[in-house]
Amino acid sequence: MATLSLMLHNVLPLVIVTLVVWTVVRARQQPLWAEAYRRLARNPVAMMALGVICLYGVIAVLDSLQWSDTTTEEPKTVLDRLFVQVPQERTYSAPLAVMTTGEPQLHALQGWHLLGTDGNGKDVLYQALKGCRTAMIIGGFTSLLVTPLALFFGMSAGYFGKRVDDAVQYTYTVLSSIPDILLLIALLLVFGHGLDKLCYALGITSWVGLCRLVRGETLKHREREYVRAARALGVSPGRILARHILPNLLPLVIISITLGFSGLVLAESILSYLGIGVEAGTGSWGNMIDAARLELAREPVVWWNLIAASTALFLIVLAFNLFGDALRDALDPRLRST
Amino acid sequence: MRSIPACGVPNVVQPLLQVEDLRTYFSALHGIARAVDGVSFALEQGETLALVGESGCGKSMTALSILQLVPEPAGYIDGGRILFEGKDLLDLTWSQMRQVRGNDIAMIFQEPMTSLNGTRTIGWQLVEAMEVHGKASGNVAQQRALDLLARVRLEQPALVLRQYPHELSGGMRQRVLIAMALANEPKLLIADEPTTALDVTIQAQILDLMRDLQHELGMSILLITHDLGIVAKMARHVAVMYAGQIVEYAPTLQLFQQPCHPYTRGLFASLPSRHRRGVDLATLEGVIPQATHWPPACRFEPRCPSRWGTCRTITPRMLEQTPGRTVRCHLYDPTIADRPGLDTSWHHGQDSGKTVGQRPQTEANP
Repeated sequence: MATLSLMLHNVLPLVIVTLVVWTVVRARQQPLWAEAYRRLARNPVAMMALGVICLYGVIAVLDSLQWSDTTTEEPKTVLDRLFVQVPQERTYSAPLAVMTTGEPQLHALQGWHLLGTDGNGKDVLYQALKGCRTAMIIGGFTSLLVTPLALFFGMSAGYFGKRVDDAVQYTYTVLSSIPDILLLIALLLVFGHGLDKLCYALGITSWVGLCRLVRGETLKHREREYVRAARALGVSPGRILARHILPNLLPLVIISITLGFSGLVLAESILSYLGIGVEAGTGSWGNMIDAARLELAREPVVWWNLIAASTALFLIVLAFNLFGDALRDALDPRLRST
Repeated sequence: MRSIPACGVPNVVQPLLQVEDLRTYFSALHGIARAVDGVSFALEQGETLALVGESGCGKSMTALSILQLVPEPAGYIDGGRILFEGKDLLDLTWSQMRQVRGNDIAMIFQEPMTSLNGTRTIGWQLVEAMEVHGKASGNVAQQRALDLLARVRLEQPALVLRQYPHELSGGMRQRVLIAMALANEPKLLIADEPTTALDVTIQAQILDLMRDLQHELGMSILLITHDLGIVAKMARHVAVMYAGQIVEYAPTLQLFQQPCHPYTRGLFASLPSRHRRGVDLATLEGVIPQATHWPPACRFEPRCPSRWGTCRTITPRMLEQTPGRTVRCHLYDPTIADRPGLDTSWHHGQDSGKTVGQRPQTEANP
């Protein structure tokens, strides 16, 4: 069990990073993507957004790689080790303060805290950084779950039509007619709490949009001449879908995933705020905001907790939205002159 | 004179392709659109048959019906027989039909610009054409792809193999599509307006190429076009289609010397000719009727300059006029008692009256 957990934490991030790099390099060989890269590289906003995303990614990876020094000790991540020197204070302290706040008798701080400390005296910066990994897992793992599902059902529905289309459309219409937040609460009650369960629940509610998009695009592509030409050559439907239509859908799917990523990160925070998100022990901006809610009523106002979590959340959401938009500009054939 | 089921040459034992009474319908909002309605023709080994007619007359749907690629779910083949080497293609299962497509019967389309997949290299697409029928794979397929590109006379075939469709011109893409169609050496090539999207000089090159390859490979070509110049250059026989039916079938030479059906004569009269300088070109009045509401008897009747009352009441039959040529018109049906003569003098600028008792004459010789 312990080795499995170590595997998951140490090998998986490296596998994911390798896959991403490999995909990006492979895609470069295709003219459409090579052109998109050139366009993206000329777009300073996109590059800044990409930088922010990469930064969050690096922090998430640092928070994943872990080992234990002794056999009895809990394994510590690289991020934990970086913050091991930072002491725990008695209670709240403002950013860069030297004394604690909110106590009848103020105490001198043992260390230096860029973003202050929370009620338990924990460093806020450390907590905010801890939220990165959760956010990336929520966004990434859910997208990973949703994409194959949406592609399979969307493409089948769009290409084969008739009964298949009816079945798929019926399923997602019913699913999307239930308010997302209610469905999520119900699902989490069934699944129980936990990061992975949250991903499954979010996956169930968020595949509909992508599926609808893929279905519509497939409907469009199946009438295209190149698909008709492939059919006239005797290519089987499975092969037409996988090797002809899918590559043509990929740009749109990737744009959609990028834009959807921020929605997933936000959803996690909202759910954590409602108290049905990840467990209390897991670093999460939603949990931080939830905790900060009560502290706003204090005198003097404890704002740094809330601001740190919100800014961390805001930055990654903004970065993904900006990057998604730039990617769409660079990729979407409808915006390109052919 | 006798009525024959198919307008092929009757003394041949078994043509390569024989279409009998093919009916392809579409369920539309206002009823059933009978896009192809009782089309019969035969095509022999190594021959070229041209299917001529204006847009919307059912030429392309006839071709797509042969490969059973009619757009679903609206379109369906209502009946008829499509005999390919004696086997009815309509009896085949889906997967059997897939083996016929691209392998025995290949098709090239009107739009070379969009008929190739933009995300794949030319080489990949050529190799796939061979792989799906298990004809070749790996290095053998690569080599054959190279040969095919050389065969369709593309310069630098090795370079084209690595290129993407958007890097090629329209003419080059049509050559690639021809190469793909020929990858499995089909017995029948269906060419649906293969040169419509190309400019004139490229058109001639592509047509020459198709004719040369036909001689090399001994395949038959079903050529769909609205260009009578292409017909004259390519086809041995011509079937003129109007409103989902074949209205005239004839050897090309005879048709050009003496078009019979008023529609065919109209088509020829609307061609520019050096013999008629300074005269306005004739036009076929009106447009093709809606496929959901064909005229009840003769479908050309509303536009026909030679029409009379009978044309609205009795449906004309496909009758053999001279050996090897058939016409669907009451003017050539001896059983119709009240036949007037022919109006051979299409409107050239001014309206001319009907000339009674005159047989059709050569009007145009493009």
